Amino acid sequence: MSKHDSLSFRRLWALCRKESYQIVRDPSSILVAFVMPVILLFIMGYAVNLDAAAVRIGLQVNDSGLPAQKLAQAVQSTTAFEVHTGEPLRVQMAQMSQGQLRGIVVIQSDFSTKWLQGRGGSAVQVLTDGAEPNTASFVSSYMQGVWVRWQQQMLQDSATSAGQVATQSPIDIRLRSWFNPSTVSRNYLVPGSIAVVMTIIGALLTSMVVAREWERGTMEALLATPVTRTELLLSKVLPYYLLAIIAMLLCLGVAVWIMQVPFRGSVLSLLALTTLFLGCALGLGLFLSTLFRNQFNAAQAALTSAFLPALMLSGVLYEIASMQVALQWFTRIIPARYFANALQTEFQAGTVGSLLWTDAFFLFLLTVFWLGLTAMKTKRTLD
Amino acid sequence: MTTPERHSIQMDGLVKSFDAALSNAIDGITTNIVSGTITGLVGPDGAGKTTLLRMLAGLLTPTHGTVRVLGLDPMQDAHTLRMQIGYMPQKFGLYEDLTVMENLTLYADLRKVVGTARRESFERLLNFTDLTRFTDRYAGKLSGGMKQKLGLACSLLGTPQVLLLDEPGVGVDPISRRELWKMVSELAQGGMTVVWSTAYLDEAELCQDVRLMNNGRFIASGAPRDLMDAMQGRCWQITQIAGHRRDVLQRALRLPDVIDGAIQGHNVRLVLREGAKCPDLATVEAGPQAQWLQVQPRLEDAFISLLGGGPGGDSALAQVTPVVHLSADVQPDAVIEARQLTKRFGDFVATNDISFKVKRGEIFGLLGPNGAGKSTTFKMECGLLKPTSGQALVMGIDLKTSPTEARQRLGYMAQKFSLYKQLTVQQNLVFFSGIYGMTGHTQQAKIEEMVTVFGLGPHRNDLADTLPLGFKQRLALACAVMHDPQLLFLDEPTSGVDPVTRREFWTHINGLADKGVTIMVTTHFMDEAEYCDRMALIYRGNMIALGTPDALKASVATTERPNPNMEDAFIELVLAADRQEQLTEEAQP
Repeated sequence: MSKHDSLSFRRLWALCRKESYQIVRDPSSILVAFVMPVILLFIMGYAVNLDAAAVRIGLQVNDSGLPAQKLAQAVQSTTAFEVHTGEPLRVQMAQMSQGQLRGIVVIQSDFSTKWLQGRGGSAVQVLTDGAEPNTASFVSSYMQGVWVRWQQQMLQDSATSAGQVATQSPIDIRLRSWFNPSTVSRNYLVPGSIAVVMTIIGALLTSMVVAREWERGTMEALLATPVTRTELLLSKVLPYYLLAIIAMLLCLGVAVWIMQVPFRGSVLSLLALTTLFLGCALGLGLFLSTLFRNQFNAAQAALTSAFLPALMLSGVLYEIASMQVALQWFTRIIPARYFANALQTEFQAGTVGSLLWTDAFFLFLLTVFWLGLTAMKTKRTLD
Repeated sequence: MTTPERHSIQMDGLVKSFDAALSNAIDGITTNIVSGTITGLVGPDGAGKTTLLRMLAGLLTPTHGTVRVLGLDPMQDAHTLRMQIGYMPQKFGLYEDLTVMENLTLYADLRKVVGTARRESFERLLNFTDLTRFTDRYAGKLSGGMKQKLGLACSLLGTPQVLLLDEPGVGVDPISRRELWKMVSELAQGGMTVVWSTAYLDEAELCQDVRLMNNGRFIASGAPRDLMDAMQGRCWQITQIAGHRRDVLQRALRLPDVIDGAIQGHNVRLVLREGAKCPDLATVEAGPQAQWLQVQPRLEDAFISLLGGGPGGDSALAQVTPVVHLSADVQPDAVIEARQLTKRFGDFVATNDISFKVKRGEIFGLLGPNGAGKSTTFKMECGLLKPTSGQALVMGIDLKTSPTEARQRLGYMAQKFSLYKQLTVQQNLVFFSGIYGMTGHTQQAKIEEMVTVFGLGPHRNDLADTLPLGFKQRLALACAVMHDPQLLFLDEPTSGVDPVTRREFWTHINGLADKGVTIMVTTHFMDEAEYCDRMALIYRGNMIALGTPDALKASVATTERPNPNMEDAFIELVLAADRQEQLTEEAQP
């Protein structure tokens, strides 16, 4: 049979055209391709935010000395905190236990004295709400950052006022990127989210298409014609590839123009990477559709097997390096990992070949894997 | 292909097994099919018809044995052969979201019918199927008959020499079935070899050659004429019966010389054992006027005779069913009543202004093609659908206002198997008796009774899903009658089962009716309509006729056709309704 497995462009074209009619007339594929990515991207881009902006904290300044006032100013000027002052400590403690405040910073009365003695740290107290461990650790580490920067600022100021040039740069770059308020986390999250969104879109688009033919009994009629396996498979990939590319451009547009995430790479190399990635995503959906021959089951399986690993194991939300070693190995077969990485590179650093080639290589391997598996499962008979 | 082969299709020791643990789907078939004939593949669901056709089309690999189509192996020479075989699967293989023309174009491209050849084939096929006016219509919006024709047209592209049709007549109205038959016979006259699978024995009578199938084997092959001629002299009717015809049938079936029997309007039709003489009419107490009348054998008679005869006339179910006593406030002549029932789904009128009354102990049939509105009417009458306007009453209770009260008194058997497939036979029986409020010893006793009546003993601990179709249907009926309902709703209870099991079902239904159970049944088997005391013909949402089977047949009798059968009556009445509609349309500006 294999010797006849040649490709006829007429048949392929006829099948692709048929598929396109079905896409255009079926509102669900349009919905999946054009509406779903935008909604998902908005949800992931705005709702999932690793910066805890404007956490409400209380501030008690019990020292009227100049250093204490300057520190109080430094705390109040951060955008990460919404600082409440004026209430007595007792009231603020009550507010914290009710969850209205997430932490209280107390500058004790002997702060200025101790600061001049070089023991200022022992006179600043940070109280946090341990019932919300994430917020609590955010407040305490952010305060530490404020404290370190304030100290360096003070040292610099005193050096300048003494007419000396600061001998060493006091600024710690790592600290800055950690605590850079507002936008950095979105710039990093949105490209990752696009990878997750495109995984879902890709798998969902194709998860129905083969199962639909089985359910409606058209597969049997198709198989009775001279159609070859390659033609059948390609006709199920090409039209949806086009649809998914449009979805990708839509995501890119939303990210750049609406969410204001800077894009530093080239669109062409982005499309090339997307093509490799879609091979995996569409291939996974197609595989499930071929396996289950039932639209409902295939869509369910596609959602679960595409969405969950892409979200949890792609490194978008959780650092891969901090996972268990076995799990780290497992992430290597998740296409979203490479695509997220590639997108982050494209968005934040630009088209850096040395970084992108590795991602492209693994995406290519996974594409071969999923499409190959689907081809193996695609039979020319009903057995 | 220079010399035409006499046999287009040859099978030798063909076996197909899907699961080693189950019996073979095709169990050793050896046969030849002659070129240029229509060969009917006849048998109940699960007999192996579809599996056999799929092996011919190269869609399934045989487990053992060989197949040759036009001298080629359907698996090895698939590519060459696919251009020469037209195959229409059960659901016609159409894309419902593509138009008629788009469907044709797709299949033409796939079969490389291009250029002038394509233009000519399209013109010829569209004319042939009378679809020229509908080329822009979506296939999903076509009627069943038109879908079937389009399916045929698609499978005819590329002028195949062998045409395989898998149950093309299922669910299609009799008029479309006749048209399709005419088209296919024309093709066969042109030299095409046609294999037509069907569950309808009356349809198979028209074929030049038939293969009767049961459990993966051919139980008979040959020309229908020969098979029927072998039954000559064994088929009789008792006419001019005084008294109840169902009782006469019951008594007749108790006689050892009678192997099968059925109600035929006011008459009783019997098949005798080979070599037997007509029994004395006094033994069946048919009345002083009663007479024997010899009738033409049917293919079904041959099939039932080959299967070893019918199930006998006594319903074990009826024996355990108490006589129905209606409460005093129920009108015995309106146990079921429809008052101007209308149901609309959006713009679509599924049933329009339907009214009828059903008496106590009456078997009332709803007859019509798929999509005509019979199931909608049926579902409104048993409280599963709410009418848009009009009333559905059961024992005088309006189902709109108090459906629960009515439901306790009615039994319902759905068209699709709707029991729990993952429960065993026993568990299903326990569950369904439980939801009708049976407990303890009463429940136990009833379950034992049902197991005995329907012979479910050997399958008691089998999952419902694994039962053969006939037993599934028996179990479904058992679950529907466990609470001794006063009314029974049966939605196509015999669809797809073999003729012997069909007989058994009708024996039960007749027996229950004699106990005073009121029965409403839908069917698309025309001969089954003969069992009904009265029936309503539903067509395009309207009730176009209501009456006894004999009255409906008599209403279309002409001098050329003094004894029309049920199908003739159906077709005439439908055509008359169409003419009426046309007149009304023309009358309006």
